[in-house]
Amino acid sequence: MTAERNVWIFIEQEEGHIAEVSLELLAKGREIADQLKSEAWAVLCGSQIGSLAEQVIQYGADRVLLAEHPELEMYRTLPYCRVIASMARQYKPYIFLIGATPVGRDLAPRVASALKVGLTADCTDLQIGDYHARKENTVYPDLLYQIRPAFGGNVIATIVNPKTRPQMATVREGVMRRGEPDPQRKGKIVNVKVAFEPGDLALQVLSRERREPTVRLKDSPVIVAAGAGVDSPEEFELVRQLANVLGGEVGASRAAVDAGYISREHQIGQTGSTVRPRLYIAAGISGAIQHRAGMDQSSKIIAINTDPNAPIFQIAHYKIVGDVAEVLPMLIKALREKAK
Amino acid sequence: MSLNRSYHSVVLVKQVPDTRKVSGEVMTDEGTMNRSALPAIFNPEDLNALEMALRIKEKYGGEVTVLTMGPLQAAEVLREALFRGADRVVLISDRKFAGADTQATSYTLKCAVDKLGKYDLVFCGRQAIDGDTAQVGPQVAEKLGIPQITYAESIIDLHDDVITVERAFDLGNELVRCHLPCLLTVVSSANRPRPASAKKRIAYKMAAIPSEVPKLLKKWTEFEDEHTLSDYLQARKLNIEVWTATDLDVDEAGLGLAGSPTQVYKVNYVVLETSASKEIQPTPEGIQALIAELIQEYIVG
Repeated sequence: MTAERNVWIFIEQEEGHIAEVSLELLAKGREIADQLKSEAWAVLCGSQIGSLAEQVIQYGADRVLLAEHPELEMYRTLPYCRVIASMARQYKPYIFLIGATPVGRDLAPRVASALKVGLTADCTDLQIGDYHARKENTVYPDLLYQIRPAFGGNVIATIVNPKTRPQMATVREGVMRRGEPDPQRKGKIVNVKVAFEPGDLALQVLSRERREPTVRLKDSPVIVAAGAGVDSPEEFELVRQLANVLGGEVGASRAAVDAGYISREHQIGQTGSTVRPRLYIAAGISGAIQHRAGMDQSSKIIAINTDPNAPIFQIAHYKIVGDVAEVLPMLIKALREKAK
Repeated sequence: MSLNRSYHSVVLVKQVPDTRKVSGEVMTDEGTMNRSALPAIFNPEDLNALEMALRIKEKYGGEVTVLTMGPLQAAEVLREALFRGADRVVLISDRKFAGADTQATSYTLKCAVDKLGKYDLVFCGRQAIDGDTAQVGPQVAEKLGIPQITYAESIIDLHDDVITVERAFDLGNELVRCHLPCLLTVVSSANRPRPASAKKRIAYKMAAIPSEVPKLLKKWTEFEDEHTLSDYLQARKLNIEVWTATDLDVDEAGLGLAGSPTQVYKVNYVVLETSASKEIQPTPEGIQALIAELIQEYIVG
């Protein structure tokens, strides 16, 4: 076999349900594997979850590494890390993608540390390209460009792992788009031998509760989002009212979440949800790149801000320089009148 | 079996630019951020981690040691830790550590924790606000070979060598039990970090790293020279330890930029197109016209 450049995708599942982000990454991983003329492999761990393997193949995997064991039934860091790191040592993937969920953010750094490889968190784009290391006068062909906003203003950084394999990256749900399952797709299922060391089972899960999300920002056609410029409960109520009149959801920038007006579930941006609604109204949001990364693909953007130079205006289709406390009531009133 | 055992905690903290204070004033004309214009602060969730460790000390006895890796200015967060009740603080600082990604950082911190010797619990904030990666905690745990409990919100029980912890996520909770030693990354909902104690602030106001002594001497003119001031600090345990690469049992290849598997290939300034934007007047007429246009284009219906 020639040097393989396989792309691995970690399939997060709980009680037999595959996480949405894993399906999205399968689509992206498939695309990258095609570009590299290699294969997309899915890593699936759990207990009695073999039936999911076919589903994973339909969504784009060429091969499923299936690790089944009663100790893998519920996610725990150490048993999962043991199994995944040993698979990676055996099969040597080129790229390894993991969803940036609470599970992924717990697992990925542990695996990266065990394998002594680089990891980039919360990528907003992944591409394949060459890396010219000028200092070494070397070209590394076909590396994974791990693209994410960098702290420091209007800046996007492209990060590469020239020397370590796999090249690991995490991506939030909603950043990539999932494909349609193809029932005709064929793939191979490989049963992986699972072996633990005594220390791997040091942690016990006594109980686990999951709440259903109270908001589905990703699916909402209209989002009214509040930022730091919305700075009283009364103004926040206006944001809710406008969302209500439009039949949309309420979103928020990180500043509004940190201010305590709304729960983190509503946060839009690189470290929150990525959305592509038909209409996005940014109320009092300055438009830091981390926020824009989560909403700049909205079809129409209306921005309201007192600062005429706020970066959000540069991506807005409609620019309203004004105070949210005055503009939001006008929008609500105009919409109510049109509805009559 | 002793029910009254005490616990030695290590808290890993970071000094970060206050990214919540980003305003027009800190932006350069090119649209990049003047990082040095932002105030340097104690990473918020690291304060929650420190608080959790201090409460364990208050309940069971033991010690709290705070470590930070960073430039010499990071001594400030160590003083903040002393003001809140840390027993011992150490600055891990060396030019060789510069440019470290999370892999090289976690390796350096691991070596520093090893140097401390015995510990029961290691605490970190869930993530730092300058990068939001949440990677260093789990990577330190892996390198120390101990279990990790990320997203820790409260310690439900601690006795002998067993800890029971509630983990909190946006969409759920989990109760886990684990043997010590282990590493916890702490979320902001865990507690309300105490403010600096006025008494401790007075007691530790002179706490300093060696390179701060000249500056301190200008403020405390009753000391004849740097030497007498250094001796004074030493005698009162006000000298903040600084560990460099040579103080740690490290493989230098694993440090700093050279020890970082990730490299920043390029940084692109995002040029935004402003032409597409249509200005709407913030008047009832302007807004009505906007709504009419949106309805006509089936954006609002």
